[in-house]
Amino acid sequence: MEELLEILSDLHPEVDFTTATDLVDGGILDSFDIVSLISEINEEFDVTIGASELTPENFNSAEAIYALIKEKLDDED
Amino acid sequence: MLFTSYEFLGFLLVVFIMYYLLPGRAQWSFLLLASYAFYFMADPRYLIFIAITTASTFLAARAISDKKASFDAWFKEHKKEMEKDERKAAKAKAHSLEKKIFLCCLLFNLGILAVTKYTNFTISNINSVLGAFGKEGTLSFVNLIIPMGISFYTFQSMGYLIDVYNGKVEAQRNPFKFALFVSFFPQLVQGPISRYSDLSQTLFEEHRFNWQTVSFGLERILWGYFKKVVIADRILTSVQTIIADPDTYNGWYAFAGAMFYALELYADFTGGIDITIGVAETMGIKVTENFIRPYFSKNIKEYWNRWHITMGTWFTDYIFYPISASQFMMKLSKKSRARLGNNLGKRVPVYLSSFIVWFTTGIWHGASWNFIVWGLGNFVVIMISQELEPFYRWFHSKVNVAGTFGWRLFQVIRTVLIMSSLRMFDCYRDVPLTFKMFGSIFTKASLSQLNVQSFINMGLTVADYTVVFIAMLILVIVSLIQRSGSVRGKIATLAAPVRFVIWYGLLIGTIVFGAYGIGYSASQFIYNQF
Repeated sequence: MEELLEILSDLHPEVDFTTATDLVDGGILDSFDIVSLISEINEEFDVTIGASELTPENFNSAEAIYALIKEKLDDED
Repeated sequence: MLFTSYEFLGFLLVVFIMYYLLPGRAQWSFLLLASYAFYFMADPRYLIFIAITTASTFLAARAISDKKASFDAWFKEHKKEMEKDERKAAKAKAHSLEKKIFLCCLLFNLGILAVTKYTNFTISNINSVLGAFGKEGTLSFVNLIIPMGISFYTFQSMGYLIDVYNGKVEAQRNPFKFALFVSFFPQLVQGPISRYSDLSQTLFEEHRFNWQTVSFGLERILWGYFKKVVIADRILTSVQTIIADPDTYNGWYAFAGAMFYALELYADFTGGIDITIGVAETMGIKVTENFIRPYFSKNIKEYWNRWHITMGTWFTDYIFYPISASQFMMKLSKKSRARLGNNLGKRVPVYLSSFIVWFTTGIWHGASWNFIVWGLGNFVVIMISQELEPFYRWFHSKVNVAGTFGWRLFQVIRTVLIMSSLRMFDCYRDVPLTFKMFGSIFTKASLSQLNVQSFINMGLTVADYTVVFIAMLILVIVSLIQRSGSVRGKIATLAAPVRFVIWYGLLIGTIVFGAYGIGYSASQFIYNQF
């Protein structure tokens, strides 16, 4: 989770990602941010996130993003 | 049959009465009949195209869905008996067949769209290239029909197919219900591009007559007609005069033309969508909103989240994300970060995907270089504003203006000016002329151009301009009120005489000040041609 929070803070230093729950719905993360984010996640965690998983529900909070990464990691095990 | 024709109003009245006279379970079937009748009246040949897209998409989606279901059932049963590699191989094998069906259907339907819409554009470009080598007019143009609304219904159908393929929605089992989803007449010609998961919630349901829903729908329709016939079709005369004679109407006139066109397009397109949503609402059907006060946007990115929303989200979800999340882009991202550093490198795949999306958005709007350059113009502006973000952060750390009314107003005006400048590509006959006319705003604008008589000579009287101006003020006021909730909802809470004055005032205003009847021919909606 720490690594993820670091990536997110790099994108938007002004946002507190530990509490925010409307990152997409609230317009904090736009489509450019999401694409940058998944390429960094790909690099850091070595998981591939597909286009169909790029939904607001999966990216509205750091927790949701982390859950998606964990699901991917479990899937590949 | 234009939304602004008497035939359409008559058609609507018949459909509305029949819809509520029929038993609830027959309502959606009747809507399918009405939608096909609407399309048939436009041109019977169009039916072949929409029927082919409907049938092919329905069958492909069902086949994909069935394959998914049978594999899931089999996999659940045999999962424990298999090793990890075997599970992966089984999944890949099942997925490959689904992918084949999916790609065949996608390419087939996009192929129809491409052939009908872009064949002559391709031929004209080939001829230009051959012409450069001294072979003039080698290929002759073909006479193809372009079915009304093909861009809209093809995108809507393909969105459904992609959603089924990705397992986001269950395939519709009833071919006629699916046919209605594709052809629902209020949104057939100019959108919105609905998602199956949204529209299907109310499209097939039974709806009993509910006065509040019906009156809200009628009010929305009226508001749409007001925008279309009082504003868009009236200011259209000046826009056409300015565009038709670029030698005379340059400088300030070109600027005025761009502003008038911004107003015309807004009133025309949002008015048309108001009518679409209103018609659906009178029948209890909820169609997705397509605009959220776009001219109040702070920047171009926000503007595109608020203008033609269903098209923007379609391109984001079905083109931008699949391209930018592809293996190729992930590899490119790694490479560009290694070469250009993390900061710049990570933006390369984003910009490349964005370039492709804006090129596609441009060409989707029309088979001409004007639209392509318009699309790429949007890409350039978005890219520049993205690159300027560090500068803005620095600026705001030094100058404390963020959040002030003055700064907000500056942002709004800046967005409107940029968007209106880009839209000049919609207006002029080719790309070089558009650049020339845009340049003339800076090189040929003179105070002598700013006289009332020259604007009167464009075909509108002082009274016409006054009507447009007052109507525009009403638009602005309504938009401002709308920020704190539904305007119709607020009006509904007022005393009956006030409500009466507002709605009958709007009705009478539309009838009296609308640009139609003798001397006018209600023009086609601009977005119908896309």
